Amino acid sequence: MRVRAGSIAVLLAFSLGACSSGSDDSSSTEAGSACAPAGAPVTLTYTTWIPGIEKVVDVWNKANPDIQVKVQTGPNGNGGTYANFFNQLKAGNAPDLGHIEYDALPSFRVQDGLTDLAGCDIVTQSQSKFIDWTWNQVTFGEQGHVYGIPQDAGPMGLFYRKDLFEKNNIPVPTTWEEYAAAAEKVKAAGGYITNFSQSDINQFAGLVWQAGGHWFGNDGTNWTVTMTDEPTKKVADYWQGLIDKKLVSSVPPWTPEWDNAYNSSSAWTWVSAVWGANSILAGAPKTSGKWAVAPMPQWSAGEKVAGNWGGSSTAVFKNSKHPYEAAKFALWLNTSTEALTLLNKEAQLYPATKEGASLPALKEGVEFYGGQKIYDVFAEASTQVKPDFTWGPTMTKTYADASDGFKKAVTGQETLTKALEDAQASTIATLKSQSIPVKE
Amino acid sequence: MTGFKVPRYAAMLVMAVFTLYFLTPLWWLFIASGKQDGQVTEGHALLPDNFALGTNLSDLFRYNDGVFLRWLANSVGYTVGAALLGTLLAGMCGYALAKYVFRGRELIFNIVLGGVLVPATALALPLFLMFSKAELANTFWSVFLPSLVNPFGVYLGRIYAAASVPDELLEAARIDGSGEVRSFFTISVRLMAPAFVTIFLFHFVAVWNNFMLPLIMLGNERLFPVTLGLYSWNSQVNQHPELRALVLVGAFVSIVPMVIAFLSLQRFWRSGLGAGSIK
Repeated sequence: MRVRAGSIAVLLAFSLGACSSGSDDSSSTEAGSACAPAGAPVTLTYTTWIPGIEKVVDVWNKANPDIQVKVQTGPNGNGGTYANFFNQLKAGNAPDLGHIEYDALPSFRVQDGLTDLAGCDIVTQSQSKFIDWTWNQVTFGEQGHVYGIPQDAGPMGLFYRKDLFEKNNIPVPTTWEEYAAAAEKVKAAGGYITNFSQSDINQFAGLVWQAGGHWFGNDGTNWTVTMTDEPTKKVADYWQGLIDKKLVSSVPPWTPEWDNAYNSSSAWTWVSAVWGANSILAGAPKTSGKWAVAPMPQWSAGEKVAGNWGGSSTAVFKNSKHPYEAAKFALWLNTSTEALTLLNKEAQLYPATKEGASLPALKEGVEFYGGQKIYDVFAEASTQVKPDFTWGPTMTKTYADASDGFKKAVTGQETLTKALEDAQASTIATLKSQSIPVKE
Repeated sequence: MTGFKVPRYAAMLVMAVFTLYFLTPLWWLFIASGKQDGQVTEGHALLPDNFALGTNLSDLFRYNDGVFLRWLANSVGYTVGAALLGTLLAGMCGYALAKYVFRGRELIFNIVLGGVLVPATALALPLFLMFSKAELANTFWSVFLPSLVNPFGVYLGRIYAAASVPDELLEAARIDGSGEVRSFFTISVRLMAPAFVTIFLFHFVAVWNNFMLPLIMLGNERLFPVTLGLYSWNSQVNQHPELRALVLVGAFVSIVPMVIAFLSLQRFWRSGLGAGSIK
């Protein structure tokens, strides 16, 4: 009897695995579904993890008695909310709207979990409001399809310790070559130019994005995985050089030790996204007033190209009965000045719209950065992000695989290039195991 | 086997080492909850300096309209309710399996015992799909109802009832005209009290620490238990580092009810475990 009970457990574990990894081939070539107003009062559900979102939704609910939105919050996407979305899509009780980061959007599309909003006039008419590359993040560059409304962006810049650079007579690097030269001088002055993150693969992707690399492609039928293309190799070799010369530290990111590296002036720069401004502010309070922001270093002098790290969209799920109202709310949430102002105030979201860059809050000097108007730097960077970077449908797995290799690379056991080669191989294997067509 | 006697101080030493070993993380958490702005690497790890526990506590209870208090109340609701009812159910079930002879008794017992072997985590997703069909997902009941079940409690209840409730006593009660239900509540419950406390404590801890089930079942933050609430804050520490201080102090506050439950019930628990071994 005990044996049998044990096998029940095994069976259950098995069916669980089958449930969570099973995939349906997408048939998303059909044109946008019908998008008509309900003509009666509707209530929408919206799941996100933006802190303070309730205050934003309250503003909408007061002004729109016929389209009431019930907001639910929980852990961040990879912390459980995406898994819940997939479970809910299976059970048929997914919310109408969900918060999905750009790099996770393809996985929902491959599983056919999203409503194509291209059938909604209000959506297609709004395209021009969004910064071009953010629109590509939700359409995957396909004509006639829209899988979500861009919400925020993470254009990257160079956070650096202005005081220490000045004190040690180190010019602020404008190219990656100068950055490496600065790294030597910073090391001589007893610091590290930055902390190389062993687990923020999406940050590394942002660097690759700037360099013109592409990790994923989709020709309409087949996916391609190219995590070892020339630009990626260039970026990997560059950082490998800094690691080999011990010019960067490598404490695990987002830990108290990591905060401490910045708080105790051990790490002098951070190539990060606009939202990183708040991370330093909260993590390194002792360095207030000593930071500044410059554009990202360039690969050739005089270029103006930026990378992107993060950013998310508001998507409408497949089983939503009210795509029109859902789209209407999502557009208000992500384009109206009142909503964008609140989102920025409550959660420091950086808008994905062209006009968003001129919100009053984004025009002010920030005390922590010596009063610099840092958002001007990011507003410019946001227009310099290349529009053609695509995410793959299994990013969580790809990140985990690459991160395993990066961890070995920072301790000198292997190289970043090897880690990316391995991540590419295992990503292709994952795609195949989920019956997602992939061309090698 | 005479002659070898463990010196008293040696025993004390071993206990002191283990006490230190188990209490140090708790002490660290206490100190860390008092650090300003969650700067846990600032200052000494095990000595209070710039102690700001009061500020942190008031930040914790005020954040997002006091949602943390709501989570605590939810946890208490899920836990105390489920542990009380679940203990009663498990105790009755174990008692019935021990004291009544009926066809299929061993089969039922073995199936229940098999339930001990199935990790609750593995059941969360099937339960979610079932509760979704019943349109009960994302409600109080979706966490409360599955939490009532405690196969290990049934096992403990059966073992303890077999050992501590004499058949003769029940026979006497029957002859005196007491019904089965009345006998159970007036006689057996008292005899089994230590077992009930043990089951209650195990159940209490299991439900209080339950994480996977609420994570999968609940989308509404207002229904979260404290474990899931803290987890959802912690998942946002990257972009909102100010939450780290709240996670630390929240974790500290969230273990207080368990400490209270253990300290106030340990008297019974000790006699419970001991009594079983003598029989």
